[in-house]
Amino acid sequence: MSRRTLVTVFEHEDDILGATRAIREAGFRIADVYAPYAVHGLDRAMGLQPSKLPWVCFVLGLVGAAFKVWFEFWTTAVDWPINVGGKPWNSLPAFVPVTFEVMVLFAGVSTVFAFLLVSRLWPGKRAALADPRVTDDRFILVIDQTDAAFDPVKVAELLERYRVVRVEEREESDEGGAA
Amino acid sequence: MASVSQTLRQPLVAGDKSPAEVTRDICAALDRRAGPGWWALFLPAFALLILGVAAVSYQIATGIGTWGLNRTVGWAFDITNFVFWIGIGHAGTLISAILFLLRQRWRTSVNRSAEAMTIFAVLCAGIFPVIHLGRPWLAYWMLPYPNARGSLWINFRSPLVWDFFAILTYFTISLVFWYVGLIPDLATIRDRTKPGFRRRVLEILSLGWDGSYRTWQRYETVYKLLAGLATPLVISVHTIVSWDFATSVIPGWHTTIFPPYFVAGAIFSGMAMVLTLMIVARKAMGLEDYITVGHIDKMAKVTLATSLMVGLAYITEFFTALYSGNQYEEFVFLNRALGPFAWSYWIMLACNVGIPQLFWFRKVRTNPALVFVISIFVNIGMWFERFVIIVTSLHRDYLPASWADYAPTSIELATLAGSFGLFFTCFLIFCRFVPVIAISEVKGVLSVGRHQAPGGHKAPALTQGAAEEASVAK
Repeated sequence: MSRRTLVTVFEHEDDILGATRAIREAGFRIADVYAPYAVHGLDRAMGLQPSKLPWVCFVLGLVGAAFKVWFEFWTTAVDWPINVGGKPWNSLPAFVPVTFEVMVLFAGVSTVFAFLLVSRLWPGKRAALADPRVTDDRFILVIDQTDAAFDPVKVAELLERYRVVRVEEREESDEGGAA
Repeated sequence: MASVSQTLRQPLVAGDKSPAEVTRDICAALDRRAGPGWWALFLPAFALLILGVAAVSYQIATGIGTWGLNRTVGWAFDITNFVFWIGIGHAGTLISAILFLLRQRWRTSVNRSAEAMTIFAVLCAGIFPVIHLGRPWLAYWMLPYPNARGSLWINFRSPLVWDFFAILTYFTISLVFWYVGLIPDLATIRDRTKPGFRRRVLEILSLGWDGSYRTWQRYETVYKLLAGLATPLVISVHTIVSWDFATSVIPGWHTTIFPPYFVAGAIFSGMAMVLTLMIVARKAMGLEDYITVGHIDKMAKVTLATSLMVGLAYITEFFTALYSGNQYEEFVFLNRALGPFAWSYWIMLACNVGIPQLFWFRKVRTNPALVFVISIFVNIGMWFERFVIIVTSLHRDYLPASWADYAPTSIELATLAGSFGLFFTCFLIFCRFVPVIAISEVKGVLSVGRHQAPGGHKAPALTQGAAEEASVAK
């Protein structure tokens, strides 16, 4: 399915913040915003929901910790109990450090994998850049033109107010970055 | 609001840089060929590494009889080196995770190289317990895997097992944290590299990063989560290292002060190492605008604060030993200060508590050459701290009949030199191929386009919030 987008380029952080907010509040659909660094406040301007990744971190951390407690209990108290210095078979307090380490390991590594998965990043993927300078110093707002509410005159006026540097119309074939 | 803080605060990056200039400045070191200065550092480091490899190979082939250990002093150089290196790593995590959570934005200029330092230091540290096993080819026995001996599982009650898991987790999380932080910068370099082998490698490593803000938002979340995980992790790692000692019944080791004492000492030594590396790197790579005197000043303050904590721990430890009424405990501490290894104890005190007091003076903190010299002293002092803790607690044990002396052999000295060789070799390679400063994070603290726009036009002097309000109102 092809989609028509308007790729608009900005030079300054304030402009991309203001333009993004204005375009969204005027009822136009934002395909995506591209930036060379994490511009603070842009998520609010775009109206993005907070990421659900903390849940992955929490749940997988819990799974790791639970698995490790069970494993330490099973190996030390069930499968082959060994008397070490007369300590009880189930020496729960002594299991805490390794449980903590495994929890952190599970939570951290799984969060990163989940991040790569949902962001569709993988080794060897060809980046489809909205503008060659987007990883250097340009901010890009991509507006969906297919939307019925799209009004070129109003958009042009809004973009002008925020000192747009360049505007370009593009057709793209899939949902990925503006190719 | 922002304008008030801007007039009150010194800019974090000097030279009024634009984002494009940041990219160019930091990538400049990667674009040009290695200069004579780099080779002058790299070749000696690499030579030391070869020396270390030779020493370790000889030791593994012959056995640990090549060390100066005896039946009384069973731990000495190798464990000293292990604790020294793992401690060095901790400052990297402090800068990358703890200062991130505390919103210390000056960290952006130093976090990349500090994290790299962490990884290389943990790498160096990890070698020592393995060669200390004597039969390093059986190191995998530390893993709880189903085996043909029962299965006989590892003893999860042992601090040495805890340590194995702690180091493994610490290394993995540090590496992942570092790599995640690196992805946007790799994409930046990718986009300014001409097509070819180098670009292909960068394309693979940058995972197709395109700067989409949806990804940035998740990235920020992941970064925050990893920082949140790394903070208790780094404290746990050195706590567990200290338990290797504290859970034994050796006078001088068996004390509850060890975990906080070790963590403070680790950050202290690591900060000194960051200063040592950064002061050279900023000069050699022309990054004085990014790693400013202000950064050195702040890191010197952290060093001073941790020096005081370490000093307090020394005093507390000594007082508690004398006050304990336990003659073994009392003896160990008096023996440390006055016995045959008294020289190492006084080196430790002078370098860790005495010399860093110079950091009270702003003139000293803002003089990079002087800070560099002091940081070297701290590195030496912190190495001796571990030596003092380990060797002086062991060499005169409960039975005077078994008292022994200890002196390192040439193999042990070569192994220590080799670990420095490995560390500096890795760090110098890192300086050549990876941006030593987090490009995307530095761009975030420039405040470009807020209130004063360097690119010709003047933006209205509104705060960000007000600008947004205005746009909504229209």
